[in-house]
Amino acid sequence: MTVELLSANHAAALAATQAGRANRKGRGFVSGVYPITPSTECMEFLCQQSFDKGRVVRVESEHSAMGVCIGGASAGARTFTATSSNGLAYMYENCIAAAMLRLPVVMAVANRTLGPPWNIWADHGDALTLRDHGLIQFYCADNQELFDTVLAAFRLAEDKRVLMPVMVNMEGFILSHTVAQTDVPDQAQVDDFLPPADIPHRMNHAAHTLGQIEIPHQTEMHRWQHHQAMLEVPKIYAEVRSEFEKVFARRLADAVEPYRADDAETLIVSMGTIGLTAERVVDACRANGRRVGAVRVRLYRPLPGEAIRALFAGRKAVAVIDRDISLSTGGILWQDVRGLAAPETVVQGYMAGLGGGDVRPEQIEKMLADLAPRKTAGAPAVMEAV
Amino acid sequence: MNEPVLGGMASTALDRSEPIFRKGNTNCGGCGMSITLQALRHAAGEHSVQLIIPACCGAVAGGTFPQSTFGVPTLMTTFACSPAAASGAAAVAAMNGEDTRVICFAGDGGTFDIGFASLSAAAERNEDILFLCYDNEIYGNTGGQRSSATPAGAVTTNTPEGKPEQKKDILAVMAAHRIPYAASISLAHAEDAHRKLKHALNLRGFRFLHALSPCPTGWKSEPALGLELVRLAVRSGLFPVYEIFDGKRHVVNIEPDFSDEALDMYLSLQRRFQKSGLTAADLRPAIDRYWQNLRSLSGRIVPARRQE
Repeated sequence: MTVELLSANHAAALAATQAGRANRKGRGFVSGVYPITPSTECMEFLCQQSFDKGRVVRVESEHSAMGVCIGGASAGARTFTATSSNGLAYMYENCIAAAMLRLPVVMAVANRTLGPPWNIWADHGDALTLRDHGLIQFYCADNQELFDTVLAAFRLAEDKRVLMPVMVNMEGFILSHTVAQTDVPDQAQVDDFLPPADIPHRMNHAAHTLGQIEIPHQTEMHRWQHHQAMLEVPKIYAEVRSEFEKVFARRLADAVEPYRADDAETLIVSMGTIGLTAERVVDACRANGRRVGAVRVRLYRPLPGEAIRALFAGRKAVAVIDRDISLSTGGILWQDVRGLAAPETVVQGYMAGLGGGDVRPEQIEKMLADLAPRKTAGAPAVMEAV
Repeated sequence: MNEPVLGGMASTALDRSEPIFRKGNTNCGGCGMSITLQALRHAAGEHSVQLIIPACCGAVAGGTFPQSTFGVPTLMTTFACSPAAASGAAAVAAMNGEDTRVICFAGDGGTFDIGFASLSAAAERNEDILFLCYDNEIYGNTGGQRSSATPAGAVTTNTPEGKPEQKKDILAVMAAHRIPYAASISLAHAEDAHRKLKHALNLRGFRFLHALSPCPTGWKSEPALGLELVRLAVRSGLFPVYEIFDGKRHVVNIEPDFSDEALDMYLSLQRRFQKSGLTAADLRPAIDRYWQNLRSLSGRIVPARRQE
């Protein structure tokens, strides 16, 4: 184990590199990459690594970047790519193809606003457009968590009960370009944690066709199987966490991370780096004797509904903060979790930091002030800085 | 199997024991794609082969899950990315020391149009892929719309008066990538096609093959006449059959006789040209210009059209 000073982009790439090298005894590592701000540094770092049994293919588009991963995974390799924003949108079709083909592609996404008008700053709206198609999604809050989650993503994706792509999200610039000390394991540890990938339906010597035509009842059955497999993911992720802890002797963040929530009357729910700001607000509230707690949703798809429901039970009010907006209906996380609370709990949606604006403690304080007198939830609101 | 179109060649001891494209497929009668795949079977021998097929009639021809008419490991990709997916598969084959031939098998849409960026990039990277385009000059799966491979004058469902623009010269475009091998193949000239398929299968690096693939449904022609139509297209000079090595050396493989009779026959046997009323005289100047250029590239000092 060494400690390295890494940006989150580089941390994701280094985790993917170690995972790729760990598959040298399997069928190797393949990555298709294409630059886009703010995930470019991730692919640049990957392109500077050497692999005994691996290749990074510098393609002409994000669509082809995922295409390379689909071809590589179909041939049995461990695969990785990284992108952002419009790149993800351009890749969208192949992300869905990878999911429907049940290929364990891992991708890092530096979340960025979709355009034009061009805006290179953070917004979760890019990744959230892919929530419904059988990809697993994690949202990370710091460099170490991102590094660890990328490693864990390979183990989870390649589990035979799972076999689906995993997106590991970090907010563009806010996290992707933040440089922090990161514990980096030895290759031998990663080898222990990630045994050679075995993709059971890969192309081998048999006359076997992947992705051929299905008629409606077959598709319905496959969607249902995929749905059931996704429902198992929180349980399998718990296994991955205990494996991770055994090999690396440190904790891997949970699917949902509560913070000083045990006796809280009010919860602040969010994803990504906003969650850490919310924790500072919670500290300030607690210092004044206010019973406020925070919940950070890390695993967004599949949504760990039971865990969130249990955390919501008995609360007076919940503020859900989205760095995204589903135009005409409001924050996407809010819409997903509002039904998990009892009717007497007020679950109010707030949107903040859309298009990459800072989300400051003052804004979250403002949300709490807005929430306190509410007897019922109102329309979701954008909460500007003071 | 003893298809007359292959002159009985498909039943030799050199043939692959299992067909690449099996019986029970859903192709229309007279489909050139079926013939292309039988020719591929014969040339492939016992090579380990993987097929990467983008959305196209080939993706449908395999039939419905869980059966497949493809007799080799096959991956169906999205429309625009078969060369990218093939790049991934070829990389894995190479790093595992496997002597697998990764073959993209795509229609003209997945080659000339939506697949072109991915194709051009894979060619530029000189990926170890054989890209085989069966060009039926139309979007067949969707019911027959124009592509950039559709020739001028052809009626399609979205060019009801006949397509005004000329067909894209894909072979010249691919040669401009300076890939090891690019060639057009005529399904009506089985021996030449067989030689080129074999050559392309044995080479490494990016190889591009372009087959004119009759589509009775889209061309509004008799299914039994498909190969005759290809023969007429070759004979008249409309479909030049040649190969390009490393983007430099051009070799004409089949000499046309530039017969206007053959060209008129080619046009009149397909109802897609009926409305525009194209005749040999309309097409001849462009054919002559193409061949003058091809002659100069191939270093043959022969007039485009033989003096009678």
